[in-house]
Amino acid sequence: MKEIRIHGRGGQGVVTSAELLALAVFNDGKFSQAFPFFGFERRGAPVVSFVRINDSPIRLRSHIYNPDYVIVQDPTLLDIEDVTAGLKPSGMVIANTEKEPEKLGLKPEIRVRTINATKIAMETLGHPIMNTALIGAFAGATGEVSVESIKCAVTSRFSGKLGVKNAEAVQKAYDRMRGQIK
Amino acid sequence: MEIMEGSLAVAEAVKACRPNVIAAYPITPQTHIVEEIARMVADGELASEYVRVESEHSAMSVCIGASATGARTYTATTSQGMALMHEVLFNAAGLRLPIVMTAANRSLSAPINIWNDQQDAVSERDSGWIQLYAEDTQEASDMTIQAYKIAEDRDILLPVMVGMDGFILTHVHEPVELCPQEKVDDFLPSYDPDHYLTPKNPLSFGTIVYPSTYTEFRYMIHEAMKRAERKIIDVASDFRDKFGRHYGGLIDTYEAEDAEVLIMAMGSVIGTAKDAIDELRADGKGEKVGLVKVRCYRPFPAEAIAEAVKSAKAIAVLDKNISLGYEGALHTDVKSALYKENGPLALGFILGLGGRDITKNTIKNIAEKAQKAIKSGRVEKDSEFVDLGAL
Repeated sequence: MKEIRIHGRGGQGVVTSAELLALAVFNDGKFSQAFPFFGFERRGAPVVSFVRINDSPIRLRSHIYNPDYVIVQDPTLLDIEDVTAGLKPSGMVIANTEKEPEKLGLKPEIRVRTINATKIAMETLGHPIMNTALIGAFAGATGEVSVESIKCAVTSRFSGKLGVKNAEAVQKAYDRMRGQIK
Repeated sequence: MEIMEGSLAVAEAVKACRPNVIAAYPITPQTHIVEEIARMVADGELASEYVRVESEHSAMSVCIGASATGARTYTATTSQGMALMHEVLFNAAGLRLPIVMTAANRSLSAPINIWNDQQDAVSERDSGWIQLYAEDTQEASDMTIQAYKIAEDRDILLPVMVGMDGFILTHVHEPVELCPQEKVDDFLPSYDPDHYLTPKNPLSFGTIVYPSTYTEFRYMIHEAMKRAERKIIDVASDFRDKFGRHYGGLIDTYEAEDAEVLIMAMGSVIGTAKDAIDELRADGKGEKVGLVKVRCYRPFPAEAIAEAVKSAKAIAVLDKNISLGYEGALHTDVKSALYKENGPLALGFILGLGGRDITKNTIKNIAEKAQKAIKSGRVEKDSEFVDLGAL
């Protein structure tokens, strides 16, 4: 089982990201589970959502305390909460920021990949809604889900032009992340 | 199978049951269910009367009025909404109306808390509603269809509440297989009551009865409840024959055959407990821990439970509710079911209140306490709060 925790702020699509990842993973032929931890909904408040990926049906329903991956949608969260809490030693942080991984102030032993997903969202969508780009980058960084399945999930969730543009953002972020790794 | 939010999986099941009248008032975490059904009606996908009411009391009252005319009815609520319904819930049962309601289980105020426990439904235990609790979204969806079949049976004619843990099941996205419409139509014939309100044949429902007959009405509801035990088991088997899925009848067991410790619980914690049990059994210490899932809380399956635990040495009952001043409600009921037997040691645990997370370790610690009780031969604490923080 692989477990993912997504950190963001209300309105940034934290919950949607988890749902899209679950859908994409399922399209890849695996089992998945996505669920939010809802607070009293407020725009801008820190929000967390969770995703589980497994080869067999998932029965576990507790929150995720020792994630394999942490996705950070909003870099300002790094100053106010420990997004890496409980991260497995083999784990990885994928963060939306223009900064280099080593500039985030995280412990040096933590594997970190960064991507300026907001910039990609501005280029492709014209809005700073970067959640779809960021899960594209997640696919590129981890290989846990195929970029094709994410694009499928995105176009099934958002119809027409919006879906196409989001799929473009996914591919762009995926390619940039793959480029970094090589 | 497809990935779907639990609330939508329930809404789809409701739609497949073709209710004639739906009346609901939105409240977190039930909202997504009734929003989706409202959309289905507005978009013409579901030919039903959707009544937007000003409160949960009215929602249930509309369902009662509509059901009395012979309409199939549906509503959903949770927490404070269910508490507001309290008065009319008893009417629905007393009038013998087969209303189906989803209870998106949530805590009660105060302090205000929107998250999951099962205090809302457990507090309506004595209302005359049949109460079922789902383990996952697939079961919540399928149980909705089963609920109508149980409720509308002429030997039963009682309302059914389908409990699904708020947020944990209402808001999770996971794989679900929806029941095809034509199969549901075949499984669930249209509601055809003997007695119903119509101008052509005026009747009165729920008129005053004197001390000479009130007891007999209560007795008849009670007898119908007891008949429902068999019906719930049969409907579960019929459902398996038709749709290929089975979740147990009144109860289900997991790794229970050789278990010394049996954990008992209702709802979504069952999945987490199964994973914890697998790990306990795999860790080489030979811990014989199993599970009894209580699927039906009212009627209370006392005989089935007594039978299921008869070779266990200790049971650990998990309650996401508390009868303040005593203990968890399931714990009390289970102990009462074992009174006649020379039964296992019984330990009760209050946990998961107001959305407090239940982890595999929580379950493992509980199993360990039960094993300690077996070793010492006595129960140190009848009932205790789990993971209680600093006060």
